[in-house]
Amino acid sequence: MISYKKQQKVINSFVYVLLVILGIIWVLPLCWIILTSLRAEPGSYTSYFWPKGYTLNNYIKLLTQDQQFKFSKWFLNTFEVAVVSCIGSTFIVLCVAYVFSRLRFKMRKPIMNIALILGMFPGFMSMIAVYYILKGINLVNKPLVCLTIVYISGAGLTYYIAKGFFDTVPKALDEAAYLDGATKAQTFWRITVPMSKPIIVYTVLTTFMAPWIDYIFPSIICGSNYDSYTVALGMFKMLEREFIGTYYTQFAAGAVLVSIPIAALFISMQKYYVEGVTGGSVKG
Amino acid sequence: MKTSKYYSFSEKQNPEKSGNIFVNIGKTFKNGDVLTKLSFFIFGIGNIFRGQIIKGLLFLAAEFAFIWYMISFGWSRLLGLRNLGTVTRGWYFDEELGIDVMRENGDNSMLILLFGILTVFVVFAFILLWHSSYSSAYNAQKQKEKGFPLPNFAEDIKLLADAKFHKTLLFIPILGVIAFTIIPLVYMILLAFTNYDRNHQVPANLFTWVGLDNFKTMLGTGSTISKTFWPVLGWTLVWAVFATFLNYIFGIILAMLINKKGIKGKAFFRTLFVLAIAVPQFVSLLVMKNILAEAGPINVILTQLNLIDMPLPFLTNPLWARVSVIIVNLWIGIPYSMLITSGILINIPSDLYEAAILDGASPFIMFRKITFPYVLFVTTPYLITQFIGNINNFNVIYFLTAGNPATLDYYQAGKTDLLVTWLYKLTVNSRDYCFASTIGILVFVICAFISLLTFRNSVSYKNEEAFQ
Repeated sequence: MISYKKQQKVINSFVYVLLVILGIIWVLPLCWIILTSLRAEPGSYTSYFWPKGYTLNNYIKLLTQDQQFKFSKWFLNTFEVAVVSCIGSTFIVLCVAYVFSRLRFKMRKPIMNIALILGMFPGFMSMIAVYYILKGINLVNKPLVCLTIVYISGAGLTYYIAKGFFDTVPKALDEAAYLDGATKAQTFWRITVPMSKPIIVYTVLTTFMAPWIDYIFPSIICGSNYDSYTVALGMFKMLEREFIGTYYTQFAAGAVLVSIPIAALFISMQKYYVEGVTGGSVKG
Repeated sequence: MKTSKYYSFSEKQNPEKSGNIFVNIGKTFKNGDVLTKLSFFIFGIGNIFRGQIIKGLLFLAAEFAFIWYMISFGWSRLLGLRNLGTVTRGWYFDEELGIDVMRENGDNSMLILLFGILTVFVVFAFILLWHSSYSSAYNAQKQKEKGFPLPNFAEDIKLLADAKFHKTLLFIPILGVIAFTIIPLVYMILLAFTNYDRNHQVPANLFTWVGLDNFKTMLGTGSTISKTFWPVLGWTLVWAVFATFLNYIFGIILAMLINKKGIKGKAFFRTLFVLAIAVPQFVSLLVMKNILAEAGPINVILTQLNLIDMPLPFLTNPLWARVSVIIVNLWIGIPYSMLITSGILINIPSDLYEAAILDGASPFIMFRKITFPYVLFVTTPYLITQFIGNINNFNVIYFLTAGNPATLDYYQAGKTDLLVTWLYKLTVNSRDYCFASTIGILVFVICAFISLLTFRNSVSYKNEEAFQ
C-alpha cells in the first residue's frame, strides 16, 4: 500500500507541474494584453515582452477622445442596448419557456419543431433581409434601436435552458394553485416566476452579455456610422491596417475594460451555464 | 375557475376536432346550420347573430381589411412574384420621341420579392382567420344547441389569462420570430433560386427566377464556384471534426487532472482556465491573431532565442494557418469541455473505480471503460450541438484569419474559410446573395442530416436507462 501511496504522490506532483504549465499557457495571452494596455511606447508589435515604460495614458486617451474612435460613446451604446434587450429578452424567454414546459395545447409540438428547424440555419444567413425589413420600417438610421429589436425578437428561439429549468419545478405546485381557483396567468406570475430566480438571473446575464460580444449583426446594421457603434464593432475597426499602429495600445486598454465586467459575469454564472448545456443532468 | 368552463366544454365535446383537417372542415360545413355555413364566407356572422357581437364584428372587420389590402396592393404584389419585375431602370429608346430617355423608376426585384413574401404571409394569416371564424361560429352553434350560455366578449378576454394563456404568452414572441427570423429566412431561401448576384444588383438591374441553377453551379464541376465549394466544404468538415473531438477529449483529460484525488486548489485551477473563455471572443481571438502574427511576440521570442531565422508563417501559409486555427480553438474550447465534464466526473460512482482498481485495471483502461462511456452518455447532445456549432463557427475563423490566406483558386474565399465565413463574405463583400443563400441552405441540410443521424444512433437516444 505504501508503494501505491508513493506512486500517487509522484503522479500528483507531475500533475501539478502539468497544470501549472497549462495554466501559464492559458493565462499568458491575457497577461500580455494587460501589459500592452499599460505600455507607454505606441505601436502594435514590440520586440520584447515586458514594456519599457508603464502608463495609464492609454486608458485616459481611450476614454476621452471624441473624434473617430469614441470608445466611451460605444461603451454607453452597448450598455443601453444590453440593458433594454436583456429586460425584453428575459421577459420573452420566460414566457416561451413556461408555455412549452407547462401548458399543453394542440400546436405545442409543431411550434417547438419549427423552432428546432429554424435553429439549424446559419444564424446570420438572413441578416441582409433583416436589414431591408428594418429599412422598410424606416429604422436603419437608428442602428441601436434596430439591434435592440432584433436581439429581443430573436430571444423567442432561445428558450431551451429556461424550459429545462421549468421542467424541474414540481407540477404539484401549479395544480394546488388551480385547485385554489387561480387562473393560469396568476399561477405563472405568483407561483412560477418567484420560484425561478436562478433561471431569471441566468437569462438576464446571458442576454445582457450578448450585445457586448456580437460582431456580425452590428457590422451589417451600423455601416460607417461611428457614433452608433457597439464596442465589439468599434474595437474591430481599431485593428484595421491604417489604425493598428496608432491605436493598438488603446485597443488593449479597451479590451481590458470590456473584458473585466464580461468575465466577472461569466465566472459568476458558470454553474448555470453547465447545468443549461447538460440539460440539468449534472447535480454536482 | 368559472371562466374556464366554456372552453373546456367546447374542447372536450368536439370529437370532430381530431383527425384530418380537411375532413374536419367538411364535417363542420355539413353539420353547421345556415349561420355557421355563412360564416365560412362572411366572417363572424355566426357570432354576431348569436349574441357575441364584438367578437363577430372583429372577425368581419378583419375580413374587410384583408379584402381591401388584396384589392389595393396584395394582388399585384402576388403577381409580382411570378417574374420579379420587368421594367429596368436606365436609358431606353422611346419610339414616340425618337430619342433615348432615362427611366428613373424601374422595378426593384428585391422589393417585389420582399413584398410578395409579406403578402403570402398575410394570406396565411387570413386562412388562419378563416379557420377560427368558422370554428368559432360552429362552437357557438353547438353551445346554443346544448343550452349553455355563450361567453360574452369580456369573458372571452378573461380566457386569455387562463385556458388560452398560451396564446397570450406566445403572441409577442411569435410575432417577433415571424417578422425578424422567418420572413427574412424565407426571403433568403427564395434568393437561392434567383440570379441575384453581383451582376444583377438592384435597383439598376433586375433579377429573376433561375430554378436550381445555383445549386447546379455550386455542386457541379467546372465553375470557380464549385471549385471553391467542395474544398471549403471539405475543410469545414475536417475543421469541425478536429475542433469538436480534440476539444472534447482534451477537455475531459484536463477535467480529470483538476479533479484528481489529492490535487489541491481545484477551484483556483478551474477559474484559471475559465478566465480564458470568460473574456469576450473578439478580444481573445484578436489578441491571439496578433500574438501569432509575423511580427508578433511568439516569432519575436523564437527569433531572439535564435531558434528560427525567418518568422514562422502561423497565419500566412495555408497549412500552417489551418493547424493554427485548430490549435487556437483548443485554447478556447478545452476550458468549455472541462467546465461541462467536471460536474459529470464528480458524479461517476466511485465504487466503479474501486472495483476496477481491485481488478488491477490500468488508468488507461479505467478511462476507456468507465470514464469515457459515462461522460459520453451524458454529453452526446452537447457533442452534437458542438459539432453543429463548429460547422457554423464564425468567430474563430473570422477574427483569427478572416479566412485568409487568400487564394486565386477560390471565388471570394481563402484557404481557412468555412462555409459560413464564405457565406458572410459573399453577402457583405461581393454581394452574391444567391450563392450565399445556396450555401446557407446546404449548410442547413448538412446540419439537419448530421444531427438526425447522430442523435438517432446515440446511446442516450437508444438506451435512455443505461446509467440510471
